[in-house]
This record gives sequence, structure tokens and C-alpha cells, in this order.
Amino acid sequence: MQKRIVLDQQQIDIILKRFCHQLIENHDTFENTVLLGLQPRGPIVLDKLVKLLKEISGISVPFGYLDATFHRDDFRRRDFPLQANETKIDFLLEGKKVILVDDVLYKGRSVRAAMDAMIAFGRTQKVELMVLVDRKYTRDYPIMPDYFGVKVNTLESQYVVVEWAEKGFEKDAIWITEKVKN
Amino acid sequence: MSQLSTRHLLGIKDITTEDIQLIFETAQNFKEVLNRPIKKVPSLRDITIANIFFENSTRTRLSFELAEKRLSADVINFSSASSSVKKGETLIDTVNNILSMKVDMVVMRHSSPGSPHFLSKNIKANIINAGDGTHEHPTQALLDAFSIREKLGDVAGKKVAIIGDILHSRVALSNIFCLQKLGAEVMVCGPITLLPKHIASLGVKVEYDVQKALEWCDVANVLRIQLERQQIKYFPSLREYSLYFGVNKKMLDRLDKEIVIMHPGPINRGVELNSDVADSEHSIILNQVENGVAIRMAVLYLLAGVK
Repeated sequence: MQKRIVLDQQQIDIILKRFCHQLIENHDTFENTVLLGLQPRGPIVLDKLVKLLKEISGISVPFGYLDATFHRDDFRRRDFPLQANETKIDFLLEGKKVILVDDVLYKGRSVRAAMDAMIAFGRTQKVELMVLVDRKYTRDYPIMPDYFGVKVNTLESQYVVVEWAEKGFEKDAIWITEKVKN
Repeated sequence: MSQLSTRHLLGIKDITTEDIQLIFETAQNFKEVLNRPIKKVPSLRDITIANIFFENSTRTRLSFELAEKRLSADVINFSSASSSVKKGETLIDTVNNILSMKVDMVVMRHSSPGSPHFLSKNIKANIINAGDGTHEHPTQALLDAFSIREKLGDVAGKKVAIIGDILHSRVALSNIFCLQKLGAEVMVCGPITLLPKHIASLGVKVEYDVQKALEWCDVANVLRIQLERQQIKYFPSLREYSLYFGVNKKMLDRLDKEIVIMHPGPINRGVELNSDVADSEHSIILNQVENGVAIRMAVLYLLAGVK
């Protein structure tokens, strides 16, 4: 199977640091800003980001995990329903600036569902999107990231695979692979 | 696994342990939804559900209706008291008429055991049994086991005593199947006339002394005396039943441990359960009601997702 590296450990570290500086530049003291990791893979990026932000700026930004499974538009249209994950948001989003964090932006459908799910927690002042990898020319919805690590050209027949050391992989790495044909 | 092994929820006997675990995990997520400021998700917005109740119900019907509305389904309600059933229409005709209105799921309560099974073989919609006579009441058993899991951390290895009118109880049978599938030990306790003859063949312990049952168990699920199903007298009087089989605070004080008290409702206060127990810190009766909505949301959601 063909496998091509998109980001290695060092590049991911640099991107996460850049994200932190961009966030500090745009959100200053984070007085009215919260971070949300989009389940199932956003929280791991978010956790790293929160830790780094604390190291760099000394600020602990409120954060939570958002699951949008029940808000997806492909329920009953997939062969298997997606299994829901935990939503853990201990604050209201009313009037808040929200930074939604995920690993890969592909069709934009998860992000649309996430914005729908967010409404249950109040009317946000602003929502920004942060992703490590932006797959170009694949969007089903007019959704663009405000912060991205890298933009890549991919085909429908390819996957973007994200590996984290925390999940038992040797190093953090992001790859492009071909989908296995049955 | 993210899909149930069945298209219908007819009884706990027909589903697998993995199905129960999936329902619990999904219900956990819905419980979080129910604590949000806006308690509604759009998952079932293209689904129409008919609640068909041929027998009286307050809690179960409200709980199902709320679960359906929280999932954004369209809901129609039917109760036999004000319908053409009284004019002699058959069950299958009634349901087929309702289905002609493009209904996707049917939640049904009926006094005849097996009626949801009969329907599931004859119509296309997903069927959820909301109680069929003295047979099964699967969502009640699921929410009972879910409440035990929430309170005690796990169901496996726990001792659960089901106390009261076992003979007429669909809750008892579904609970026995559900608890055993999850690895709990089950005991039934009640007057000999209200225990089915061969109940021990289900692998449950049988006890006639309530105090002994309370000493044995971690959880006591106290059931209602179903006077409406009793054609003959099974015990001399309610007062005598209460004296010998009612659970009160003094009995709990005599125990050297804390046990959890459950009741599927409606409670006959002062008969099977005294107020000093029903309203005590041992009781998780209102948690059961809250969990009922989350469990029913999970069942509806997962069944709607089965292709």
C-alpha cells in the first residue's frame, strides 16, 4: 500500500506552536474565548494545544469536547450508524468566541453538524475553525478553516491517517494512504 | 459494534448482551443531551413514530413521547379507549391503517402477550414493545439495569432481589433476562401464590421471606401488586400483604449494609413500599424515571439506524 508522509513529529510540533501564537495574537487574554475539540479525533489535538498554550502564555483557556453524531445529516444513509462519543462542556457558549479544533478537514459535514450541535449550548458570538490538515477541493459545504497546519491535494480514493504517540504509535505522524479496495 | 442485531425490540430475551451494552453507551450520551440547555437533537427528524397503547399507561407513554420529541421525530398517539378498536377492528387492521399514513416505527402496549411479535411478522415498521400483558417490558428492564449500573458502577456480580407480584409482572420477567445477561444474580420474593410455579427454572433464587431477601441482596426492586390483572384473590387483604411483604424503613435499619431500593412505578404507598423507604436516600426511583427517557432515546435512535 502506498503511503506518503504529510507531517512528521517535528512539523506537527512547529504547527501547534504556531497555532498557539496565532491564537494569542487574535484572542489576547482569552477572556471570552473557549476551545472545543470535535469528537472523535479533535480532543487529542485540543489537549496538546491547551497544554502548549499554558506553557507559552501561562493562560488556562476553558475547553471542552463536542460530539456531533446526533446532529449529522447522514444518519440512516450510512451502512452502519456512527457510535456517539462523550460531549463534555461544563460551560455555556452564549456570547462566547469558540475555536473548534479537529485533525483533518475533508467534506465539511462534521463541522456543519458541530455548528448545529453547538446551538444547544447557547448563541455563540463567533466560531473559528482550526485543523491540522485541510484537504483541498473536497468540500461539500462552504466551510474553510481559520487556522490550518497544512493544505494537501488528495483524491477521493485516499485516506489521511493521523497517528499519535498517545495512541500507541511510535511517533506523531500524518500520512496519506490509498483506500484498500475489497 | 455500533448497530443492534435486531430491527425490533420485542423483548430482552431476543437481544444480545452486546446490544444491551450498546444501548447503555448510547443512553449515556443521550443523558448528557438531556442536561443541555436545549435538550433536543435532530437525529430522527425524518421519522414518524406511532405510540399505540391498547392498555393504560402514564409513565411509559410520556417517557416514550418525550424521548421521541427530544429526537425530533414526528409523533402520533393512539389509545384504544377512544378508537375504532371498540367498534371491532382487528389489531392488524388498526396498525395497517396507521402505517398507511407512512409511519416508520411503532411503540406498542397491549394486554396480550406476544402481540408485538405477531405485528413484527406482519408489518414493515420497526416495533418496540412497551409492555405485552404479563410477558415482557424491555425498556423498563433496560432502564432498571442502567440505573443499577449508574448507582453501583456495574451490574455484573451484583445481587438483585425482585420483590412482590412476580406472577403478573412483565417487568419481573424482562428484568430477570436483562440482569442475567449482564452477569447479575437474581432472586424473586413474594407470597407463594404470586410466584410462577416453575420460576426457578429460569435460574433465579426463590425466597418467601422479605427480610431474608433484603439481607441477601445489593438491590431490591419492589414491584406493584397488580390488582387489575388478578381475577381471583391471591392473598387475604392488602393490609395483610403489606404486613408480610411490604418493605419499610425498620427492615432496612435491621440490615448491616446499605441496599438500593427501586420501583418501576406507580407505587402503592403503604402496600408494597412505605413512604419512609420510597422517599429515602436508598431509593433511586426518580433516577429510574430520568434514565427512562435516555434509554428510550437510545433504543429509538439505534433501531432507526438498523438497515
